[in-house]
Amino acid sequence: MKMSGAQMVCEAIIAEGVKTVFGYPGGAIMHVYDEIFKQGSFEHILTRHEQAAVHAADGYARATGEVGVAMVTSGPGFTNAVTGLATAYMDSIAMVVISGQVPLSLIGTDGFQEIDAVGISRPCTKHNYLVRSLEDLPRILKEAFYIARSGRPGPVLVDIPKDITVDIGEFVYPQSVSIPSYKPIYKGNKRQIEKAVEAIKKAKKPLLYIGGGVVLSNAYELIRELAFKTQIPAVETLMARGVMGAENPLLLGMLGMHGNYASNMAMSETDLIISFGARFDDRVTGKLSEFAKYAEVIHIDIDPANIAKLVDVDYPIVGDVTEVVKEMLSMLDGINTDRYKVWREILRRYEDLHPLSYIDSDEVLKPQWIIERVGELVGEKAIITSDVGQHQMWAAQHYPFDRPRQWINSGGLGTMGFGFPAAMGVKRAFPEKIVINVTGDGSILMNVQELVTASEYKIPVINLILNNQFLGMVRQWQSFFYEKRFSETDLSFQPNWKLLAEACGGIGYDVTTKAQFDIALQDAISQNRVCFMNVAINRFENVLPMVPSGGALFNMMLPPKAENKGEK
Amino acid sequence: MATSKTLQDQNVRSVISVIVINESSVLARVSGLFAGRGYNIESLTVAPIPNSQTSRITIVTNGNIRTIEQITKQLHKLIPVYKVIEHQEMVEKEMVLVKFPLTENLSDISALCTAYNGGIVNVGAQMCITMITDEPSRVRHFIEATQRFHPLEIVRGGVVALEI
Ligand SMILES: Cc1ncc(C[n+]2csc(CCOP(=O)(O)OP(=O)(O)O)c2C)c(N)n1
Repeated sequence: MKMSGAQMVCEAIIAEGVKTVFGYPGGAIMHVYDEIFKQGSFEHILTRHEQAAVHAADGYARATGEVGVAMVTSGPGFTNAVTGLATAYMDSIAMVVISGQVPLSLIGTDGFQEIDAVGISRPCTKHNYLVRSLEDLPRILKEAFYIARSGRPGPVLVDIPKDITVDIGEFVYPQSVSIPSYKPIYKGNKRQIEKAVEAIKKAKKPLLYIGGGVVLSNAYELIRELAFKTQIPAVETLMARGVMGAENPLLLGMLGMHGNYASNMAMSETDLIISFGARFDDRVTGKLSEFAKYAEVIHIDIDPANIAKLVDVDYPIVGDVTEVVKEMLSMLDGINTDRYKVWREILRRYEDLHPLSYIDSDEVLKPQWIIERVGELVGEKAIITSDVGQHQMWAAQHYPFDRPRQWINSGGLGTMGFGFPAAMGVKRAFPEKIVINVTGDGSILMNVQELVTASEYKIPVINLILNNQFLGMVRQWQSFFYEKRFSETDLSFQPNWKLLAEACGGIGYDVTTKAQFDIALQDAISQNRVCFMNVAINRFENVLPMVPSGGALFNMMLPPKAENKGEK
Repeated sequence: MATSKTLQDQNVRSVISVIVINESSVLARVSGLFAGRGYNIESLTVAPIPNSQTSRITIVTNGNIRTIEQITKQLHKLIPVYKVIEHQEMVEKEMVLVKFPLTENLSDISALCTAYNGGIVNVGAQMCITMITDEPSRVRHFIEATQRFHPLEIVRGGVVALEI
């Protein structure tokens, strides 16, 4: 069929089954927007900033496991999208971003709104394309979606010069993709898996180290089965919260810089790390030379470059976690789980010794209490997104996540401003769920314009602002490591949050007591409006435990002991 | 996990051939990877492979064993990269052009070049140009030896290699 390049873009989006596109128009992409206007197969959501469009598509992708799609114009439209691309790249999120570009004849002339999009985005995309002829467009679109979702997922940019969107050509959307230089490996090497299983059977203190790859691979049920079958304890990274389920007796909790005591001690004392889709990030390992000194390492990852990047690996297995765990399970029949009993008991003692705790108060709201309370009130009915800072860590530590994709945050890049637009993407994918963005009074302002979008499209997400009137996480470091010189972190000059929300068609709540919080949350859920819930919390609350940056994982600053129950 | 750090940390020189699909930005992807991840490039040559849709990029780099391993893996991750060969046993050659003033003794220069499998390839009114092709270590010696003839310009071609 003959059609314009712009129509081809729409046809590809439809063929890929995409239901929602987030974006922002401009000169170079106008032809595509003209075609969007004419079609009725997918909806387009006009965010009020390109960064938000990309984060929203990202949130959509994280919640559904499908490819998120965002669309922007050339020049500033594209540069605004870069943070979104980088955020998705660092967390391996499948996304296709389509950007307009100046006409081919103007490329290289510093034309109006020309910027080298493929040059800028090369280090923060899995792959990118500058389309140079209309003939290539159908193939490139097909490849973009394929590359984004296959292997280790990631964002792909397709930069399309304006004249190519105007030109008319033959459109046949390819059925399949053949890129001879790109062949992701899914099945793990059987011999290697056998060796790894032998090591598991010989270990005394093995530990399941679960990363975001398990979420991406949709392998959580298999991982739970593996843990149950072997009775090996597990720790989760920030990106893997929900994989084991908060109630799982084998889950020690989150490890790393703000991990709990038992998790970090388990990692420090284990004799066999069994790593699933985790990448030994510096926020997890602490000082590398002190990390897991006594352990052999089984490392399962779909990306060979992750293996042995930071730590030496004894049993490297390249493959999809799902495929590898399936193989492992069949080899583990009749495993003697008593073998690890002493180890489990040691770890239980660690859990009792220093549970995740905080001192609650009746005078001032504690952020940890708020998170736990949200968990009690809405629990599995909610999907939680977050921004970056203390609130993010409190949410990761204290919320009872019971499934993957229930916790959506920017782990790798740590992008303030991610949470709100991401929550909009999540809510669009799951309108029946309660979607709460746990945020800070700093982060929320980084995409605050989305109040308008959320009101216009009736995307009622709840922004739970844990308001400490500080750039809290930075303030915490200043308290600990900079002799309390609070350089440029005081946010006590504040907007009127309630009025701000209302000005944009949303609803606002100011909360200072526990009783108010319960009422506000119930009310917010019943409202069909985007909301700002401004919760005044203890200004100087710290996130603990904490492994000071560059320190050994077992050297934690611990929370004050409290009467509180241990949480995971 | 505890391994002998000393061996691990030693810098080694490595010659890597990267076979890539011919497309406009592939060289930028490869060189950008080195710049972005802080890897060294000692030399880099690139040319199309005859009768194919591919090109061969030959890179000489150095780093510890883990870095070299990462380099090959990261290169392999680039979508248009077809094959990465970390050379073990290879024929490795580099070409050099050197320009000398004609005030120097031509027959001495010619004799020197002959010793390195080369010779004089052009003589003008005021200068001559010589060319040699040899292994990188011998190329270094050659360049040292040329110094007493006061070379005006030296151009090294970068290493190319084939596995044997
Ligand atoms: C875009 C961006 N800029 C700066 C930072 C550095 N940073 C990390 S946490 C933080 C403070 C966040 O403050 P707030 O959103 O109020 O959350 P809190 O830590 O107080 O919970 C900052 C500035 C970042 N992560 N992202």
